[in-house]
Amino acid sequence: MGYRKVAIVGAGITKFVRRAQETGPEMAYLASKMALDQAGLKLKDVEMITLGSAPDAFDGVHMKGEYLLSGAGGNNKPYIRNFVGGGTGVFAPIHGWIHVASGACDVCLVVCSEKMSSCHPHPQGAFLTIFDHTTEQPLKPTLIWIFALEMRRYMETYGLSKADVARVAVKNKNNALDHPSAQVAEAVTLEDVLNSEVLAEPVNRLDISPASDGAAAVVLASEDVAKRLTDKPVWIDGVGWNLDTSYWATKDLYYPRYVEKAARMAYEMAGITEPHKQIQVAEPYDPFDYKELHHMEGLLLCERGEAARLTAEGYTARSGNLPTCPSGGALGVGNPIAATGLMKVIEIFLQLREEAGKRQIPGKPRVGVAQAWGDLMQVGTVIVLRR
Amino acid sequence: MIINNVPMKGLTSEEYEKAIKISWKPQLQYAWDNGIGIGKYLASLKEGMILAAYCQKCGRIMLPARAFCEMCWRPTDRYVTVKDTGVVNTYAICHINWDASRLKPDEPRHIPAVIEIDGASQGQGILHILGNVEPSNVKIGMKVKAVWKPAAERTGSITDIRFFEPY
Repeated sequence: MGYRKVAIVGAGITKFVRRAQETGPEMAYLASKMALDQAGLKLKDVEMITLGSAPDAFDGVHMKGEYLLSGAGGNNKPYIRNFVGGGTGVFAPIHGWIHVASGACDVCLVVCSEKMSSCHPHPQGAFLTIFDHTTEQPLKPTLIWIFALEMRRYMETYGLSKADVARVAVKNKNNALDHPSAQVAEAVTLEDVLNSEVLAEPVNRLDISPASDGAAAVVLASEDVAKRLTDKPVWIDGVGWNLDTSYWATKDLYYPRYVEKAARMAYEMAGITEPHKQIQVAEPYDPFDYKELHHMEGLLLCERGEAARLTAEGYTARSGNLPTCPSGGALGVGNPIAATGLMKVIEIFLQLREEAGKRQIPGKPRVGVAQAWGDLMQVGTVIVLRR
Repeated sequence: MIINNVPMKGLTSEEYEKAIKISWKPQLQYAWDNGIGIGKYLASLKEGMILAAYCQKCGRIMLPARAFCEMCWRPTDRYVTVKDTGVVNTYAICHINWDASRLKPDEPRHIPAVIEIDGASQGQGILHILGNVEPSNVKIGMKVKAVWKPAAERTGSITDIRFFEPY
């Protein structure tokens, strides 16, 4: 299709924390500087920058792209903010890919920075305006309603129990024990998750990722530049994104067809015809434990309704046939919205380079997929990486 | 490049309390226009009816009423009244408020539900809440009916339907 090859050549990430002392721009700086250092580049080598960050309401700062500009190294450069809710963290590198694949530049810095803790009494409040102001907000919704509604629909459709779903939280929180950025890594058991406080049935507290502050960044380069910079470029082989209707209550919530459409777009570009055979590692978005199952199915990594059984069988453990969220995911590492998606892309990058340290999966993986999800349960963003 | 050390450590609650902070409470108010489609929907609710929109190209009867069909990308052809009964597609039993504070033990639980309204095309659901039902008795597939406010109290709002109850 005439796209140029694009590689990831460096990555940076902060710790994910409940409350950072650092401001959003300071966090963006820390992650960006680490990514450039890892790539062996200076800011002057960066031609374009794309910045991902979630709702302005978290920070109480309008023009958040401009607010984060300096930290992301964007002064006096072609710089733009992108945003698709929770899908932003994987859309940001897709956006960077567009910059480089099109030939607009050879080196693009992708930065995601999120500071949720500024919002009081709870960042959940910032989400209220995602509901329709006229037909839904008067019902006094809370953010968690939509997750509880979707989780119930998914469980009912396939006859799943709470335990079937909770195994994802157990896996990811335990995986996160090996991630240096992790905020809520914990050696939890299935009983711990099932016995945690009930917030909105069927959702318990440990089914949910936390609110977090954190930042992540990657450097993208065109083929010539990438080969000069590193012996181990990781190629962006396919990208896809898709948005379903905003009339969220009119679509069947048991299956994320928009994730499937995004995945098919990315797989077609990457020449992947049998995803469950050709992909060796996956980072599906897991803000809630059932979402990982939902997204494994949407990503066509297994048959519909099968993800829970595969999880119980250890298929998705780091030692399994198809490890999912070896990083520890949003459930374990934390969920600073936009930074979470990019953390997942970075995890696949490190796994394919066999540089994931204690988290490294066996078998020299060659192809991995990262995915994020968000807006009003309607966006899927997918990226396929290959070493 | 194995990443072992990452910057930032996070403030403890004690450190956070001590830190110098600037706070701001926005005093903003918005007045949202209803528009054409939702305007008719709300006017209909005031009359005690649920209004949908019909697109003759795709044949869908859509909720809530809307001025254009987003699938066919053309104006809808007419508005039609549907029933005020429906089927529970999914539901939740919520124990927290919007700010994540917990409901007191004696406060009634919120039961949000997606309700597929009878007379609209299959799958056309709306968000509303269930009432007059024990949370443990709610089931997916349960038939429910709107409980309306008295006509004199209706204002043209989704809350003109107080809740849906089993029937």
